[in-house]
Amino acid sequence: MTGLTRRRVLQESERECPQTPSRRRPERAVVLGLLVPLLALLLGLLAWEVLVRLRDTPSWFIPKPTEVARELVESRALIWGHTWTTLQEMLLGLLLAFVLGVLLAVAIASSRLVERAIYPALVASQAVPIIALAPILLIWFGYGMTPKVIVVVLTCFFPIVVSMVDGLRASDADALALLRSMGASRWQIMRIVRVPAALPALFSGTRIAAAWSVIGALVGEWVGASSGLGYLMTRSASQFQTPRLYAAVFVAAALGITLFALVALAERVALPWRRAERRGG
Amino acid sequence: MAAAFSPATTQSAQVAVRGVSMTFDEVEAVRDVNLDVGRGELVALVGPSGCGKSTLLAAIAGLLQPDAGEIWLDGVLAPNRLGRVALMPQRDALLPWRSVLDNVVLGLEVAGVDKREARERARTLLPRFGLAGFGDHYPSALSGGMRQRAAFQRTVLAERDVLLLDEPFGALDALTRRSMQEWLLDLWDELGRSILLVTHDVEEALLLADRVVVMTARPGRIKLVEPVHLPRPRTPAMVSDPAFVAQKAALLVTLHDEVSLVGSAS
Repeated sequence: MTGLTRRRVLQESERECPQTPSRRRPERAVVLGLLVPLLALLLGLLAWEVLVRLRDTPSWFIPKPTEVARELVESRALIWGHTWTTLQEMLLGLLLAFVLGVLLAVAIASSRLVERAIYPALVASQAVPIIALAPILLIWFGYGMTPKVIVVVLTCFFPIVVSMVDGLRASDADALALLRSMGASRWQIMRIVRVPAALPALFSGTRIAAAWSVIGALVGEWVGASSGLGYLMTRSASQFQTPRLYAAVFVAAALGITLFALVALAERVALPWRRAERRGG
Repeated sequence: MAAAFSPATTQSAQVAVRGVSMTFDEVEAVRDVNLDVGRGELVALVGPSGCGKSTLLAAIAGLLQPDAGEIWLDGVLAPNRLGRVALMPQRDALLPWRSVLDNVVLGLEVAGVDKREARERARTLLPRFGLAGFGDHYPSALSGGMRQRAAFQRTVLAERDVLLLDEPFGALDALTRRSMQEWLLDLWDELGRSILLVTHDVEEALLLADRVVVMTARPGRIKLVEPVHLPRPRTPAMVSDPAFVAQKAALLVTLHDEVSLVGSAS
């Protein structure tokens, strides 16, 4: 109630003087949220460049940022080819992990029996280091894309399942009682209340999974591959082509960040009510 | 007490609660409750907090089953009651991701009514519930009073003969509360439903109800059933009517005994 009155007071003051500071707030947010980190990054790169130049460090040991940038431009065809492989593995793996994770979560949340049977195994599966599983997958599925996609799925599905299960369980007890009192079936309650209520948690889990999907793909490629950024990294490192190695690392990081941002964007589009709620306070 | 409930009243009442007792984890919530809501009647249930009023509503709605006793709906013994009465929970329970319109059609949607048809039916009713122009807003954009009215429209739109309202105005400030009561009185004639209203506000109970039922402190039993001697249509001005003031004073004394009992017991 106090939040409401405060909002009403705010609205009224805005009506009286339209040029209140709150109007300029979005621009300030852009400055703080985008310009400041970008500036900090540039400063860091500048310091790196200057230090390497001053101490005359050899390029195979620590390359200058400008060298890495040149490598990115000059070898762009090569790098793009490997990037495309990794990107396919990430996207396919993330998609499969999403479908698998959501289905598992719904099954776990709707049946105690399934929960007892599956949940402990799920948690245990995360105790097995994936880097140890990758060679086994290589033996089973060969050098192609399949073992990499499986590693990505194994890396990504856990945060999705756990967050979705939590979300499905966190439904408002009053809303559940209301639906039951209306004579809703279990399936209707799942569709009308529990799944929509779990979506914010599902998106949080998927954001984490998106960021992790790069790591999954790289691990899969390190163990054995003929293409992909992970393969490019190991090859460049063994040949002391350090600027190329750095370029590959840069692209891999950019992929992870971009996928994370895309999921965040999808969340904004899919859940407009959350923004309305934040505005409402 | 039991003699007052002949088979005839059990069969003519919209809701008949007969000898209902309920216990949770060895805590007795309600004991041997008998209660009638006649057709088109508004009955207010008052009592100290924790006396089992909400438990009783949940039992009538079918969310809980009594350990002993029977609940009759529309003159027939009703062991399965889910989906047969419209419940308005204490908090509005509006789904934050649904627009106001999509929230109020929930009962129709669950019943399998075509969504577009349900929306159209609801949209024409929005002004009557003071929600004109807010159909496409999210609940977070609504004030406390508007949220309660949306929850109330959702309850009415479920199209059941019985409405169970669990402290519908309890969370509102005094001014909003009064205007909501006024609005409900205004709507009363059009509704033509049987209503069981849980409240802890004696004035609200007397202003709105045909009969006021007082429950005792835990375990909740029926202590008193008071017919309200005010003509309809009612207006909020009636709260200063001498008959109203006298009845309110008497009820407050009855209730005060129960509240002090709770105080001394704990």
